Amino acid sequence: MSEAGNGTTDNGRRQFLIGIGVVAGGTAAGLALRPWLVGAADVGRPPADFQPHAFVRIRSDDTVTVIIGKSEMGQGVYGSLPMILAEELDVDPTKVQVEIAGVDPAFNHPFLPAQFTGGSMSVMTTYDALRRVGAQARAALLAAAADQWNAELITLTTDNGVVRDSRGRSLRYGALVDAANRLSLPDPTAITLKDPSTFKYIGQPQRRLDSPIKVTGSATFGIDVMRPGMLTAVIARPPAFGARLRGFDATAAKAVVGVVEVKAVPSGVAVIAQHTYAALRGRDALVIDWDTSGSKQLSSEGLRQEWRALAKRPGLVGKNVGDVATAFRSATRSIEVEYELPYLAHACMEPLNAVAEVTAEGCELWLGTQSQSQDARFVAEALGIALSEVRINTLFLGGGFGRRASAVSDFAVDAALVAQGVGKPVKVMWTREDDMRGGYYRPLSFNRVKAAVGADGMPVAIHHVTVSKPVLANTAMGKMAVTKEGLDPSTIEGSADMPYAIPNLRVEVHNTREAVPILWWRSVGHSITGFVTNSVVDELATLAGRDPYEYRRELLKEKPRHLAVLERAASAANWGMTLSAGHFHGIALQESFGSIVAQVAEVSVFNGKARVHRVTCAVDCGLAVSPSQVVAQMESGILYGLSAALDGEINIEDGRVVEGNFDGYRVLRLVDSPAIDVHIVTSGGPIGGIGEPGTPPIAPAVCNAIFAATGQRIRRLPISKSLSA
Amino acid sequence: MISLNINGVQREVEADADMPLLWALRDILQLTGTKYGCGIAQCGACTVHLDGQPIRSCSIPLSAAVGGRITTIEGVANGDELHPVQQAWIELDVVQCGYCQSGQIMSAVALLEKNTNPNDADIDMAMNGNICRCGTYPRIRAAIKRAAEIKRGGKSA
Repeated sequence: MSEAGNGTTDNGRRQFLIGIGVVAGGTAAGLALRPWLVGAADVGRPPADFQPHAFVRIRSDDTVTVIIGKSEMGQGVYGSLPMILAEELDVDPTKVQVEIAGVDPAFNHPFLPAQFTGGSMSVMTTYDALRRVGAQARAALLAAAADQWNAELITLTTDNGVVRDSRGRSLRYGALVDAANRLSLPDPTAITLKDPSTFKYIGQPQRRLDSPIKVTGSATFGIDVMRPGMLTAVIARPPAFGARLRGFDATAAKAVVGVVEVKAVPSGVAVIAQHTYAALRGRDALVIDWDTSGSKQLSSEGLRQEWRALAKRPGLVGKNVGDVATAFRSATRSIEVEYELPYLAHACMEPLNAVAEVTAEGCELWLGTQSQSQDARFVAEALGIALSEVRINTLFLGGGFGRRASAVSDFAVDAALVAQGVGKPVKVMWTREDDMRGGYYRPLSFNRVKAAVGADGMPVAIHHVTVSKPVLANTAMGKMAVTKEGLDPSTIEGSADMPYAIPNLRVEVHNTREAVPILWWRSVGHSITGFVTNSVVDELATLAGRDPYEYRRELLKEKPRHLAVLERAASAANWGMTLSAGHFHGIALQESFGSIVAQVAEVSVFNGKARVHRVTCAVDCGLAVSPSQVVAQMESGILYGLSAALDGEINIEDGRVVEGNFDGYRVLRLVDSPAIDVHIVTSGGPIGGIGEPGTPPIAPAVCNAIFAATGQRIRRLPISKSLSA
Repeated sequence: MISLNINGVQREVEADADMPLLWALRDILQLTGTKYGCGIAQCGACTVHLDGQPIRSCSIPLSAAVGGRITTIEGVANGDELHPVQQAWIELDVVQCGYCQSGQIMSAVALLEKNTNPNDADIDMAMNGNICRCGTYPRIRAAIKRAAEIKRGGKSA
């Protein structure tokens, strides 16, 4: 069964997942979407639907469909965003249908000229608009009922999808669709929104809407897309960064049963086949001559050595408060330390993939992406066609973590170029090894920090020099974000603006340009700076002979929100109380993406292995719109960060990525997963993000606990590499 | 032509006998609930049952599956009635991105078939071959215990 908006069939582009509440597919092209706040004039709506805005559609059978332009990668936008609209529309959010939006400016990010999901911003940037759209639709339905009954608007009210009047009459929303279509829409900016104290749904626990399809295997991820006549391809990709294709012999590959075509594409040699297995066997049979002469010198160990020297030299000044040089002269005790973090792969459970079909009309893509507009733009450029000739269908994402917001749309462009000229849709599969060795990592980071305390034991100065490849500068956002001197805010976020009171603070940066592609990785700069600053503050507490929690309390005494979060985490964890034998606490706090998160890790160390038993987390994200998802995302962020802290490491040797799969790139498993308690601190502050802020504090919290347990300060991640046996 | 018994139905597959079961399920039979994650039996996303035992379908050739009873995530529910594991997964909001969950559920279902009341160590042992990158592990642990309860006659909420 397939059906599109406006009651017309749309060649199966939108698949209704019957009876489940989430609809996949959908393209804007077939919909008369009305961008936000653009006029109330009638644009010829069909009678069966009332669609006052691109975000919502009410059908005469009472179905309320919320159309979501944010990509669902686990963070729960298909639950939280409909809840906001449903609150003002006055319908039960668990009963609404969710439809995956097409690509349309109506769904653009408010700060970016693009449809984009990232930066932990989905709720905070759509909250007001979704409320107003819901309120506008409700006002229109009220007006329609008033018209029908010839009643005073003020005597009418709504009650979960029904308009009622003071005389006991009622009309379902669905019964008002035609009448609402005949009226002009009320001005959404003039509508009074609900008093938050009267919210029925926002702030209440709510189960995910996509669970039923995800526990039955029926949710369609990008990798699951099937198109009529579709072929499957894999690409033999360069074995090293910077390697070039000299030539190849496809004779044996073409002899593999099921292989249809072999061709060179910019990212390597594509083997197109009837199915994945034939494509893989065809690829194995390829004989390729790669020129790797340009990449021989590239190694992560070599970079480390270079950067250690570089970190001793003055860099771009990212922050300079007070005068660190003078402060160090008057300091009582000081440390000079080096902190190092490795390249990290995102390692989404669903390896990268995309389906593309290129015809005379253009290119249609089916993929899980965080970055629809940019993917469309890069595909149009690669194929030499107009942007309007690219259609993107968003599917569920089997993890994103930033990787599916590719700076170069690598997986979308790959698919388009492989499919070009084939005459059939082609799914380009990335094997786990392709995905893990394909680059776009969290940057390698080398940090040199000098820090000192005064006679009272409190910090007098921190001088922090970071060497790494800048993240935003290597994306389309670089133009907007990076200063003309080359200072990339993502390199110093969380260090230049750390919440701890440091009277003299100097942060400097060296931007590197190694050939290893890097990208934003869940929490971007914060997972790096959070580790360094929280570890250094712990070192200073030790230097001062103070309890790390009490020390932090003093450093945060001017910041009541931070202090409240810190104290909540510590008290919930019973900081200072006796733990089980051999167990120790460590604490850290980081503000990122508008939210403040503190974590206490309970850790034991045995035979050189750290074991994290429990993590107690407190979060102040302003208003917790969907508290269930706030808790789930804190758990998720913690375990993603813990996995990286314990074992995560991508190494480069001779330009080649050493780790290729989960045997070499070890990730957290259930047996090593701690118990997690999450406490939401209500501050009344502005809405903050939740997808990323749970990640930064966990590495320093665990390492600070390891120090408490062993006296060993972990200054280089991953822990498993540094921890003495 | 290879004949396979999948979810109680005999299916014919035109493929090499050495093709991993995973690709036959996904690419030929279009049973895409079973996922590809690593191809080397490291992540468990491709877990299905062969004669009730959880196996990694990425590393089992079709020849080894012939004559056996294969159960995939699509065959776990009893008609419209979800398996207790699936019910518990919904009740405790386990899923996030959801990609690994077919495999997680298949491992959990197999565990509960032979152990009606698993403790933490049993769960560690049975679930350690299944990776989740969203960090749903604490809820998986809780949901397995809840599923055991439902299976023993507790009501699903």
